[in-house]
Amino acid sequence: MIAEIGQLALILALCLALVQAASLLIGAWRVDGALMSMGRAAAVLQAGFIAVAFAALGTAYVTGDFSIALVAEHSNSAQPLLYRIGATWGSHEGSMILWVFILAVYGAAIALAGGSLRESLKARVLAVQGVVGAAFLGFLLLTSNPFLRLTPAPFDGAELNPVLQDPGLVFHPPVLYLGYVGLSIAFSFGVAALIEGRVDANWARWVRPWVLAAWIFLTIGITMGSVWSYYTLGWGGWWFWDPVENASLMPWLLATALLHSCLVLEKRGALISWTILLSILAFSMSMVGTFLVRSGVLTSVHAFAVDPKRGVYILGMIAVMTGMALGLFAWRAPRFRTGALFTAVSKEYAITLNNLFLAAATATVFLGTFYPVFVDALHGDKISVGPPYFNATFAPIFMLLFVLVSFGPMLNWKRDSLGPLLFRLIWPALASAIAVVGAILIFGIGHVMAALGFALSAWLIVGAGAVLARRWRPVSHGAFWDGLWGRMRATPLAIFGLALAHAGLGVTTLGITAMAGWQSNAVIAMTPGQSLTLAGKTITLTGLRGIEGPNYEAAQARFAVDTLAGPRVLISERRFYPDSQTTTTEAGINVGLLGNVYISIGDRAAGGGLVVRLWNHPLVNFIWGGAFMMAFGGMVSLADRRLRVAVVKRVRAPAGVLEPAAA
Amino acid sequence: MRRLIFLAPIVLFAIVVAGFALGLRRDPSLLPSTLIGKPLPRFSLPPVDPKAPGLTSADMTGGGPRLLNVFGSWCVSCRYEHPVLMALKSQGVAIEGLDWRDSRADATRFLAAEGNPYERIGDDEAGRTVIDLGVAAAPETFIVDRQGRVRYKQVGPITPELWTSTLAPLMARLKSE
Repeated sequence: MIAEIGQLALILALCLALVQAASLLIGAWRVDGALMSMGRAAAVLQAGFIAVAFAALGTAYVTGDFSIALVAEHSNSAQPLLYRIGATWGSHEGSMILWVFILAVYGAAIALAGGSLRESLKARVLAVQGVVGAAFLGFLLLTSNPFLRLTPAPFDGAELNPVLQDPGLVFHPPVLYLGYVGLSIAFSFGVAALIEGRVDANWARWVRPWVLAAWIFLTIGITMGSVWSYYTLGWGGWWFWDPVENASLMPWLLATALLHSCLVLEKRGALISWTILLSILAFSMSMVGTFLVRSGVLTSVHAFAVDPKRGVYILGMIAVMTGMALGLFAWRAPRFRTGALFTAVSKEYAITLNNLFLAAATATVFLGTFYPVFVDALHGDKISVGPPYFNATFAPIFMLLFVLVSFGPMLNWKRDSLGPLLFRLIWPALASAIAVVGAILIFGIGHVMAALGFALSAWLIVGAGAVLARRWRPVSHGAFWDGLWGRMRATPLAIFGLALAHAGLGVTTLGITAMAGWQSNAVIAMTPGQSLTLAGKTITLTGLRGIEGPNYEAAQARFAVDTLAGPRVLISERRFYPDSQTTTTEAGINVGLLGNVYISIGDRAAGGGLVVRLWNHPLVNFIWGGAFMMAFGGMVSLADRRLRVAVVKRVRAPAGVLEPAAA
Repeated sequence: MRRLIFLAPIVLFAIVVAGFALGLRRDPSLLPSTLIGKPLPRFSLPPVDPKAPGLTSADMTGGGPRLLNVFGSWCVSCRYEHPVLMALKSQGVAIEGLDWRDSRADATRFLAAEGNPYERIGDDEAGRTVIDLGVAAAPETFIVDRQGRVRYKQVGPITPELWTSTLAPLMARLKSE
């Protein structure tokens, strides 16, 4: 019964999405208030029905209704409750329900909130949102129905892939999807602006919080995924340039670019067409990521069960949606008035460069990820593109971008001059010079790349501090401390957010630099009682035994590690899940501020010992710490924006409206 | 001129979509072996059971087409594949075994418990020959013709469906060559 309720709810949601799209498009065109409010109601109802379907699937998982094929394939009665819940979105079909659910919740949020948004724009945004929703609901119902029944129903189910039986599964996909799907709002705003033929500062002011929210979720989601793969895969790395990692990185890069270009559009009315293009491309990249994971064009650790029919549908969907959006762009965007002019030394110019670098970085990742597909399609050759390519292309672009990061916030809008600018950046420059010289003196000239890395992180962190210091210095002559508290209180939250995010970038850079330069590892066969020394730490295998988990058996090895903070016990396991005949690795990790000791165990060696891989990971936690700092900066900034939007609403400040040159 | 710039995104996008559409028709998990059509690399391996013969590349030539199955008692998918191999043996298919990274005691115990589908077994404990053969993971199975040339490589277990749909017709063709 519960499956039929879910199925019916999904079908109704699809109908509502179509109603939403049609009534709002026509309503906005004819300026028909009744049609438009009907469309808004459809958006809210659609979210309600998808919530019912999602809850139906969740209930089936929790109660173990194995007559539903999807439930029988991904859970069994021995699976812990947490992972039976997580399994709801651990499969392809379930994750697509989560996807459309989040999409509909965003749509409902726009329909309900946002009083000051121009009604015709709001209607068109929601109309596009309805088209996107209908396309994904159609995908779900036609190619990936989660509610298919099994007859006869099995007594017990198979098992969720053991690699996924981890708290990471419960949080990583929903957060990441909130980011991916959040970009659909930017897409809808972009297409709506093209349909209207009108972009103004209010457009940017409206879309920016949504982009920022999506960016925050993407940042957290990607970082959580990196942490999860670090501790669960037993490979001892934090980023592998796996196609699916790249698929999440590309929307993030474009969202970062969009975030900055929206700022220019909002404050200065420039970069109009470019911002619209970015808003289309960022969400298109999210969809391409979906295509990648679910079509089987590439092999990846993340790939879902592959079905070519799904690949064809998603590709068709991308072709139609992005194709129509870009077609509209080619038709309407040339009519937008070119934006306000700016000089080569100005904040606008720095952000334009930032956008170019981010777009170039996206292009290199795109090329590296899809090159194998294109080569295979053209020549039938199987090739793979690995980390050397990405390190050689992506890293230089990002290093240049990082140099730019501390310039941007120190520049004035419209026109600035070089001399005062360099004076403002004296402290960050000094800090990075000290970092370079110090690193070369301490570690030798052989570590020149690492020295550059340290210099960049000093540049970013001190640069972020300089943004605040510039805000807080007294306006007239006087001691820095006089009235400092007042000036700190008067600093908008957005400035704190900016400083946090840019400093977070520096912290991440510090971690990456240390990992790239000083990571060390060893692979040896150990017998109990044996020790070895790695990066100055003595590690001893103290015990080895077999244990029984709820739905697995494991070989468990205990290690004693001498760290700076005293002796620690690390436990590393190799688990075997009999239901799915799968083996997983649980690495033993000693987490410390200065770095981690990471141990994963393998098979029995030929000589009778246990194969052990040990790593020393200096400052690795800085990588994720910095990323979370960026996300936190985003949240701080978002908290500020809500206030500002409200103020704008009250004052009704006449913003520089940019009408199209030819309507 | 200005209009052309605005057309660039959709043109690039169309090219990318065309590339994806072509890419969809290919299966990236199919890794063709570079050995196809070439003779097996030379090897000479000791037996697992000291009383039985070992396996050399010369054993693979002459007679009819035969299978060379890379396995290990530690390999879960091989256990899954094992009943299929036993069934093929009873149909008279010649199968040679290559025991990979395995102790002789474990392999002997495995074959005693599950049955031995192999005519000869070579013991590649060090894994040298397996590298020459370009094996990534067990089980892998090579179909070798009368002249000792590799004609097909199957990555992963042989299933009954795969045997009837692909491998059996190929074996029949090789027999009549």
